[in-house]
Amino acid sequence: MKTYTRPLDLKNGRVDMSHGSGGRAMAQLIDELFARHFTNPILAEQGDGACFALPVGAGRMVMATDSHVVSPLFFAGGDIGCLSVHGTINDVAMMGAKPLYLSAAFILEEGFPLADLLRIVQSMAQAAREAGVPIVTGDTKVVEAGKGDGVFITTTGIGLVTEGIDLKPSNIKAGDKILVSGMLGDHGVAIMSQRENLTFETTIQSDTAALNGLVAAMLDTVPNIHALRDPTRGGLAAVLNEFAQASGHGMVIHEKAIPVRSQVAAACELLGLDPLYVANEGKLVAYCAAEDAENLLATMRAHPLGADAAIIGEVIADTNAFVQMETVFGGRRMVDWINGEQLPRIC
Amino acid sequence: MKYIDEFRDGELARGLAKAIAAAVNPAREYRLMEFCGGHTHAISRYGLQDLLPSNVRLIHGPGCPVCVLPIGRIDSAIALATQHDVILCTYADTLRVPASNGLSLLKAKAQGADIRMVYSCDDALRIAQDNPQREVVFFAIGFETTTPPTAAIILQAQRLQLSNFSVLCNHVLTPAAMVHIMESQNDPAAVAIDGFVGPAHVSTVIGSGQYEGFVARYQRPVVIAGFEPLDVMQAILMLIRQINDGRAEVENEFTRAVTREGNRKAQGLCEQVFELRETFDWRGLGEVPLSALKIRSEFARFDAEVRYQVGYAQVPDHKACECAAILRGHKRPADCKVFGTVCTPDHPLGACMVSSEGACAAHYTYGRFRVEVVAPVDEA
Repeated sequence: MKTYTRPLDLKNGRVDMSHGSGGRAMAQLIDELFARHFTNPILAEQGDGACFALPVGAGRMVMATDSHVVSPLFFAGGDIGCLSVHGTINDVAMMGAKPLYLSAAFILEEGFPLADLLRIVQSMAQAAREAGVPIVTGDTKVVEAGKGDGVFITTTGIGLVTEGIDLKPSNIKAGDKILVSGMLGDHGVAIMSQRENLTFETTIQSDTAALNGLVAAMLDTVPNIHALRDPTRGGLAAVLNEFAQASGHGMVIHEKAIPVRSQVAAACELLGLDPLYVANEGKLVAYCAAEDAENLLATMRAHPLGADAAIIGEVIADTNAFVQMETVFGGRRMVDWINGEQLPRIC
Repeated sequence: MKYIDEFRDGELARGLAKAIAAAVNPAREYRLMEFCGGHTHAISRYGLQDLLPSNVRLIHGPGCPVCVLPIGRIDSAIALATQHDVILCTYADTLRVPASNGLSLLKAKAQGADIRMVYSCDDALRIAQDNPQREVVFFAIGFETTTPPTAAIILQAQRLQLSNFSVLCNHVLTPAAMVHIMESQNDPAAVAIDGFVGPAHVSTVIGSGQYEGFVARYQRPVVIAGFEPLDVMQAILMLIRQINDGRAEVENEFTRAVTREGNRKAQGLCEQVFELRETFDWRGLGEVPLSALKIRSEFARFDAEVRYQVGYAQVPDHKACECAAILRGHKRPADCKVFGTVCTPDHPLGACMVSSEGACAAHYTYGRFRVEVVAPVDEA
């Protein structure tokens, strides 16, 4: 006799403890939600993990992981789902690798609406499809009401680095040019504008995007890019300081050259923030030799995710490894690490 | 950004820098105190010192409300949140200020106290309305700029007959602090101050007329300036001209917002709700007479000090901390032994390192490369 299973109520249903218990309810959640939307041949094998072969003669591999706890879960321009896919793809891509596969682990809070979970899963599936990086394995846990915040998602990605590509901060040399791929601060401001105690009207959308395509195009043109990093939490200032410390060189950037949308600048003005410290989820910072800079810039600008790219500064010899900025006024100041963080959970 | 970029125009700045260079008398020094943290921040953030001749020295004053808030007051706020189980609402910068016993509001929050960051005191009132079963206290700090909104929410709480809302009032007054700085000029170690860049937003409330008595008594020019970098440059030029002419007048660079009378309505609200404290302990400056406000007795039920019988115990600053001398212009941040070593923006010991508007924090965050860069700057 064929047993009838009532389908998940994806309209009004909620996550309950049984969805994490290892029983039928969990299997149903995985089947009807995750497997259905993430569908790909590796996942379809229903193994405990993903099993796949590497291309013949594969070079070095890259592995990166990222947890996502953003609040609110849905924001202008994206949601925790696509963010969790883009974030890890970008971390892999910043190593100069071509991202191949992703895993996704969910911590769900009891009572979380299944309709919201469906939206998140669909958004992840779409992001993975667009980036060409399938989600091949995953995990689900449920915690009691009050012990989570809706949903937390951890994704891990692996990728392959082509022979001859070697991106790392120690490649950075005095004289290198510093490039950014576009307008800074969109993600942070989009999130802040939707905070419960901070509602202001804005048309700014998160820039969340997978950068693997842009990175591939950049490496095609300039295989000798010295280093890449995506300026997420802590913004551009954090990346510059991390690279200054790691390379032992100083950096000088030019305020006038830094692309910031006027709405973002205005929101930052209102909130007393500096766009240099505001998070991005679809931008990168690149370092390359001065003679490669114009070529690299042209390639970035030719890509839809790099249309507003700019050369913003250069690396200098400075044993203090300070990051300085020439202000629009012609004076100089330091761009230090951010002090504390008053606006938690932006990614 | 319209109405903002116009005040940050690099060309105009270079023009003003030339005018300042032409105006200064190379035979003398000009020691100018910008009272407000907002000015300190603009000066540091735009690197204005680089545009000024070397004999124009800017001294960062005590006009940073978070910096001058004494430790004992933060201890009181923490006690309210931990011992009286109130929801304590506060402006963000206050969260990180180190208090006694290794605590801060942020650390007390991590230990379970219900402390919430608000952007406006209205939010605190809304939290009180949303949580009728809880007591809500707004930790009010700031100069004359943030005082009228606090007065307004107390009046609104009265109209709404809210019984679970009160204010821990720490509002302080600018002119009293300026007087205190001039009185301490008699100290032989004091750096003589030749003129003041007067407050921007504070002056929109109190009016430029409030400085006329000060100028007459101490014979030092005051030029009220907006917080944009061009405002500050223009005010510096106006101060240099006054000093060269031997004049001591109140001049208003910030005419787009400041009048002689100020904001009468805001003043009226404050007058209705607050009265002068005989004395108030300022972090870095010590006891300053008639320099702060308390809530009038007819609003006692909205006064957290009365409601919870909050006491005040003075807590001395760290012994090595030079904030008191820095806030008076006697010393520079880099003169302090602990600056940049044990005292940093991440682990501030003293008042001036606490807020981004503080003199030490601004120097650490934006300016320390000037002192520490030893390697030649190679523009390869």
